[in-house]
Order: sequence, then structure tokens, then C-alpha cells
Amino acid sequence: MIAAAAGIALCLLALSVAATAMRGLTAASAAVYAASAVFCLALALVGIWTLATQADASAMTVPVGLPWLGAHLRLDALSAVFLVILGTGGVSASVFAIGYGRHEHEPHRVLPFFPGFLAAMTLVLLADDAFTFLVSWEVMSLLSWALVLTHHRDEATRTAGYLYLVMAGFGTMVLLLAFGLMAGAEGGYDFAAIRAVTRSPGLAALVLALMMVGAGSKAGLMPLHVWLPVAHPAAPSHVSALMSGVMTKVALYGFVRVAFDLVGPVPWWMSVPMIVIGAVTAVMGILFANVDGDGKRVLAYSTIENIGVIFAAFGLSLAFRANGMGPLAALALTAGLVHAVNHMLFKSLLFMVAGAVLNATGRRDLDGLGGLIHRMPKTAFLALVGATAIAALPPLNGFVSEWLLFQAVLQSPQLPQPGLQFLVPAAGALLALAAALAAACFVRFYGVIFLGRPRSDVARNAADSDGWSLAAMGGLALLCVLAGIVPGFLIDLVAPAVELAVGARVPMQAGNSWFTVVPVAEVRSSYSGFLVMTFIAISGGASAWLVHRLASRRLRRAPAWDCGFPNADPVTQYGGGSFAQPIRRVMAPVLAARETVTIPPPGDMAAARHRARTEDLAWTRIYLPLVTAVGFVARRFNALQFLTIRRYLGLVFGSLILLLTGLTIWN
Amino acid sequence: MELTGNLVLQAIEMLVVLALAPGLTGLVRKVKARLTRRRGASVLQPYRDLLRLLRKEVVLAENASWLFRVSPYMIFAATWVAAALVPTFAIGLHFNWTADLIALVALLGSARFFLALAGMDVGTSFGGIGSSREMMIGALAEPAMLLMAFTVALVAGSTQLSNIVAFMASGEVGIRVSMGMALIALIIVAIAENARIPVDNPATHLELTMVHEAMVLEYSGRHLAMIEMAASLKLLLYMALIGCVFVPWGIAPADAGISGLALGAALFVIKLAVGGTMLAVFETSIAKMRVFRVPDFLGAALMLGLLGTLLLFVSRSL
Repeated sequence: MIAAAAGIALCLLALSVAATAMRGLTAASAAVYAASAVFCLALALVGIWTLATQADASAMTVPVGLPWLGAHLRLDALSAVFLVILGTGGVSASVFAIGYGRHEHEPHRVLPFFPGFLAAMTLVLLADDAFTFLVSWEVMSLLSWALVLTHHRDEATRTAGYLYLVMAGFGTMVLLLAFGLMAGAEGGYDFAAIRAVTRSPGLAALVLALMMVGAGSKAGLMPLHVWLPVAHPAAPSHVSALMSGVMTKVALYGFVRVAFDLVGPVPWWMSVPMIVIGAVTAVMGILFANVDGDGKRVLAYSTIENIGVIFAAFGLSLAFRANGMGPLAALALTAGLVHAVNHMLFKSLLFMVAGAVLNATGRRDLDGLGGLIHRMPKTAFLALVGATAIAALPPLNGFVSEWLLFQAVLQSPQLPQPGLQFLVPAAGALLALAAALAAACFVRFYGVIFLGRPRSDVARNAADSDGWSLAAMGGLALLCVLAGIVPGFLIDLVAPAVELAVGARVPMQAGNSWFTVVPVAEVRSSYSGFLVMTFIAISGGASAWLVHRLASRRLRRAPAWDCGFPNADPVTQYGGGSFAQPIRRVMAPVLAARETVTIPPPGDMAAARHRARTEDLAWTRIYLPLVTAVGFVARRFNALQFLTIRRYLGLVFGSLILLLTGLTIWN
Repeated sequence: MELTGNLVLQAIEMLVVLALAPGLTGLVRKVKARLTRRRGASVLQPYRDLLRLLRKEVVLAENASWLFRVSPYMIFAATWVAAALVPTFAIGLHFNWTADLIALVALLGSARFFLALAGMDVGTSFGGIGSSREMMIGALAEPAMLLMAFTVALVAGSTQLSNIVAFMASGEVGIRVSMGMALIALIIVAIAENARIPVDNPATHLELTMVHEAMVLEYSGRHLAMIEMAASLKLLLYMALIGCVFVPWGIAPADAGISGLALGAALFVIKLAVGGTMLAVFETSIAKMRVFRVPDFLGAALMLGLLGTLLLFVSRSL
């Protein structure tokens, strides 16, 4: 199987080269995306096959890269889960792009990088030595950077690209340190050697902390998230879908691979920062999503929230595992992995919706849209499925993973450490807050874009998306529904990976009657999305039928209630800013929200102004001072650039002496 | 045979809940009217209102989309399914195993989600004001509710309502501080979720102070009937929830026989009457608070829920 997966990755790389060659062709775009879709489908099938048959890990060594090392590749259950995520996300993004890509003005800025980006992510998942892993990781970062810069003539995009490059470079540097520490002085860089070493708890914790910074910066953990809400939306929408839906998961894979597999036993207290950071990331991410005025940025912030949720689940799983509670660790990890799959599904869907809206109207600011449910009915319906799913509402899939996570949180009294006993319920409260805020966020997202009256001419004249885009979105929406009503299949699918990571699994779900999910035991809790869906459909349908049959079915159209002010302008509707006002005001301290009202003096006919501003405290308190400090130091050292050759030689000589002295003293 | 009996009982329970809900709303209104020295409409008035609304034609705003027309049925269905999950006078019904307390909270969240979307659909500022405030209140009430659920689940060892009720009725529980805190948290959440005074005024006529009423301002005819019905059901659901967790006496197992079930049903009606009267007394004795005082009120519920949970970690007997 590994040969097949590696072969597909190679095909994707070759497709990248072919796309460069095809730059003049008009059909190039459709051909490249169609081929990507086929390869991604194959990847997903390889992943599903590996999981369903519970195949043993298969490995191979390719003689490329470092001469004494070669490139080790390996496919086991954990890689397979993420391969399924990558494959599914890739298929849908590629199919969407067959239609969406037609509107790209400069397709040659996307086409060569798109398959390569997919190939690099595949190789990260398959890598079995530190060298291959880091090189693929870096290629993934650089190609996604190139994709972010597609619309490079836009000043904001260039800034986003620069920020992304800096953060990606920083992340990889930290990963390098983490893998260096794991390989140790002997330098055993392949994963089998890393696995074989026994480490002190302190060293394991240090490696994990570095992984949290390195992989966390790519996934969007606070406070390393600042690049994500600017870079993800700057890319074309199908690339945004891949970056948010898939690349963040690849980053999580890197973390899971190290934390649950490579580094060995981890002390329990390492789970504390993970749970805290995860829960705080979830709440802060969704708060920013609630107040932001740009549709795609709202989605990017919501990605940060979901990554926080998944990360908290991983932390909880580590806590259980460190205490030898295998089944509970399995429950928490299952919740995290299922949520990762779910998030790929609905976030890709929603980014495609944002792309379709962007295509139809040319705008992505919430306050320029509105009423699109009339102009784009099909897209609007699919968007509704996505919004309901991401808001963690039953009977769709987002709720299932949240529910599993809450079940794991409820098991926390069994933990022996009092610190964790107190921490976990508090984190559970934060996660519940995040889930409820997500519902508010997506009422706002959907309500302002699709409902109400159009706020601009472009929104008034929008047309629905093309067939390819609708097919991609429809497929994802269908998967969201299926994963919501029969989640048992998904839970069983990720079970081999969970077993590999924590040595235990949740009970087999396929045998349960009525598609009920029973994570621990039936006396504790059970949930059947299928029955909930059926009952809602029956009672809703029956009541509608009865009311229409027995009571009245008459209907008359009339103007809306205007409270005595007829012909109100569409801008008087609630928009993005006004809908966010209650939450902005309640959460003002954490959002640093300020409102200023300027009213002209009496007699002056100028318009009054109301400005609401929020700021990211991580940016203003951490990054801006850092940037200032770096700038200050750089300016100081700038003088060194204009010295004579004698002074340079003196400088070199001086530093040599200094280093040698240091070395002598140290020895 | 046993399965059929159980399903019939389930259907009866769902219909009883549906039949009693407007009566409870009517009772609260009646008691409130008497307390303010008015005669008040009959307890049966909500039934008459519903029938009248059902017969009237729907006046639909020009800009309303299909979502606006589908939402009332969705809201009603989600609330009814949630109400069917709460044991009212019998436990051990099959449907109880479909979902647990956490799913129940989320189902009500689904209903709120669609109600808020419907409020946004017509494109007037009243709908938006209602939706945005409702989502803010919901965002704070839901975590409080979940923490209350955590406390109860930690005591009872299950999130499945039937199991919780069986455990609470067994007498093993005794009086616990944490359960007291959970009760207060649940009551605060129930008041906020049902748009009662002091959070929202169900009888208000001023658009700017409305929350729930502002969202449904554009609804009329059968649509409004479904939404009013759902609101009544939700009130009954919360009363039944408080009743079954904190005063679980009299709730019969599904195989208890006719007399046991009849006793359970009679006690259930009495519990509802007492709960409705207490709600009316509480509402009459307090003034509505400003919208931005509501977060403090709900924050108290959140803190009580958290304290209740944490107390259980300090000592299992608290």
C-alpha cells in the first residue's frame, strides 16, 4: 500500500511539472484539477482501505535525499486517517476548482503549485524519518506560500504572504530543534530509531513543548495564530479550503505522530498546557470570528477555534494515557480525530461557499452582501448545511465530535491528579462556551450573507454557481449529514489509529442497534443521530402536513412591518457589525473592543460616525513589541554594513578570538 | 409486545406533553393577572389563540424566503423531540436512549439557531436586533446549562435522563450543596431560555425592548401558531426537566402498570401547576433588567454551575 501512496504522491509532483509546461493551454486548468481530483480520490481510497482492513504498517526506503539515510516512507493507521482527510479534502477542492478556476485571471499562478502542495502534504504524512518529514513540511509551507501570493498585486496579500513566510520559517526552525533533540547525539534520524530511544520525562516534555510551538504555529494555536486569519483568506478559495481544511490537519498529524508515537511516555503535567491552550484558543478564535467583518476571515478564525477544540481533546487524551487509562484516552483521541475529519468536511464546504459568493459578487465583506438566498438558492441551501454542521447542532456531524469530547470531559473525576480534576471541567465550560459562540457566529455569517435584503448592486444581481462547484459543495454537505446520522462508521474507521496511538479503542460501534453511538457504556450515555434526524423529519413533516391539510394553507404577500418608517434602506438592516454588537460589548475586555461616536455640532449636516474597533491582544502586546525590538536591533547593526575592509577583517578576527576563548573556558 | 406497549406509551407521552403545554402558558398568564388584580383571560385562552391562528391566512413579508416558511416547523419539531427526551411521568421509554442531556441542550440550540435565522430573513432591523440578542443570551446560557448537566451527571454517573431520574428517585442522593447550585443555575437558564422576566418580557409591546418577540415579529397565521406552540413546549420542557431531576418522586418505570402511570401523570400535572404558579409569582415580583445586565445574571448561573462541579471534585458527598 505504501508503494501506491508514494506513487500517487509522485504522480501529483509530476502533474505540477506538467502544469508548468501547459501554461499556454486554455484547457490546462480543467485538466490539472481533474487529474488532481483523481489522484486525491485514490489517496482517500488507499487510506480507507488501510483502515478498513486494519492492514499492517507497510514501509519502503527510496534512495533519494541524504546518501546514508535515504527517504524512509511508511503507511500505518495514523497516517491513513490523515490520508483520508487529505484525500477527501483534495478531491472536493479539485472538483470545485474545475468550475471555480475558470474565473482565475492568472491560472499559471495557481496550477503548478496546487498538485505539488497536495503531494508535499502526502509526503509529510508518509515520512518515516526526520529528514523526509522536515523537507516535505518545508515544501508544503513554501508551495502554500506561493499559492497565498496568487493575487500578489494586492498590497494586503503581499503583507499576508510575508507574515506567513516568517511564521512558517520560525515554525520549521522549532521543529528542527524538536527532531534534533529526539534524534540525540547519535543522530538516529529515522523514526524507528527515534522510537527505540527511552527519554527522561523532562526531555520528552521539552520535545512536546517544541512540537506545540512548531506544529501549533502551522495549525493556528494561540498566540501563534496571527498569520492564519490573513493568509488563509488571501489565497483563492479552493486553496483556502485546502489550507484550512487539510493543511492544519497535517500540522496536527505532525504533533500526534510525535506526542503519541515517537517521543514515548509523556509526564501527565504536559497535558495541562495543552488543555489550557486548546480551550483558550477555541474561545478566542470564535470570539474574533464573531466580530470580524470579512466573510473568509470569519471562517479562518473559526478554523482557529476548531483547532483549539481538537488540541484540547489531544491534551485530554495524553492526560488519560499518562495515567494508564487506555479506554478513556481512546475516547478523547477519537473525539479529536473525528472532529478533525468533521472540520475538514464543513470548513472546506464553507470556504467553497465563500468562494462561490466571491465569484458571484466580487465581495467578501459581510456588509456588502445580503439576500443571496434568493439569487443563489442552491449555494444557499448547501451553505445552510455547512453552517448548521459547524455550529455543532444535532443531527449533523459537528455535534457528534463535540458530544464525544464532552463525554471524555465527564470522565475526568477518574483522573488521580487534583490539578487536572479541577482544570478539565473548567476547560469543558470554555469548550461549551466556544460551541455556543460558534452558533452565534454562523447565524451571523449565514444571516448577513444569505438572508435579508441585498446591501449592494452586485448582491442584487448575483447568479448561482456552476455545476462543478455545486457538485463539490453538495458532496461535502452530504458527507456532513452522513457523518452526523451514522457517526458509528467514522468512529470505527479511526479506531485502528487510536489503538496505535494509545493502545486501546472505544467499543466497536457497528454492532449497536439503531446506529446509536455508545462511547463508554449504555448506562452512561448514548446518542443516535439517525433517530434524532428521523424523529425531527417525521414530527416536522407530519405537523406541516396536518396544518396544511386541516387548518389553512392560504398565504398572502405584504410589505414587512416598518414601524412607521416606510421604504427603509437596506443598510438599516442588521449587518455584520451590528449583529456582533452584543457579544462585542459583553466580551469587550478580551477583545479590546472600543466604540467611538462622533456627532457633528448642531446645524452641521455632516454624517455622524460610529466606529467599533477590536484588536488582537496577541498582536498588539506580543508581536508588535517584538517587531519593534527586531527593527531597533537591525537599525543598530545597520552601521556594520558600511565598514572598510580593514574593519571587517578586524571584526572577523575579533569574533574568532572571542569564540575560541569561549570554547577554551567551556572545556 | 413489550416494544409495542413502550412505543404506545411514548406516543401518549408526546401527545400529553403537546396537549398540556398551552395550558401551562395559560396558567402562568392567569396567575400573573390575578396577582396584579386583573381578572385575566381563561386558562384555556392559549388553546383558543392557537386554533384561531391556525385558521387564519399567513401574511408573508415580500422578501421572505423558503427558510422563513420552513423554520416554524423545524423549530417546532426540534423542540418537540427535545421535550420527548425528558421523562415526564414515565422513565425507561425507548426514545430516552436516543439522546442524552447534552444532546437535549444541543437540540434546543438547533431550534434557537433556526429561529434566529428566521429573524434575519425578512431584512428589518427588528428581526436583527432580536436575533443578535438571542444569540448572545444563548451563548451564555448554553455553557451554564452544560455545567449544570456536568454536575448532575457526576452525581448520577450518567448523562442519560432516565438513569439520572432513577438515581435521583432512589434516595441515595440526599441533600447536596452542589445539587442546590445546579438547581439555581438551571432555574436561571430556564428563565433566560424561555424569554421570561427579568431577561425578556413575553408580553412587551415595545419593539426595542423585545428579544424573542422581535425575532417572530413578521410571523403570522399558522407559522406563528407553530412558533407559539414551540415556545409553550419549551417552557413545559424546562419545568419537566427541573421536576424530573430535582423532584423525581412519582415518575413511574415504563412497566409500572396503569395505576402507577396514572399516579405519575397526576403528579406531573401537579408539579407543572406548582411550577407555573411559582414562575408567575417570581415574574410579578421582579422588574425586567437592561439587556446588558443579562450577562451578569447568566454569568452567575455559569459560576454556580462551575462551583457545583468543582465541589464534587473536593468531596463526592457535597
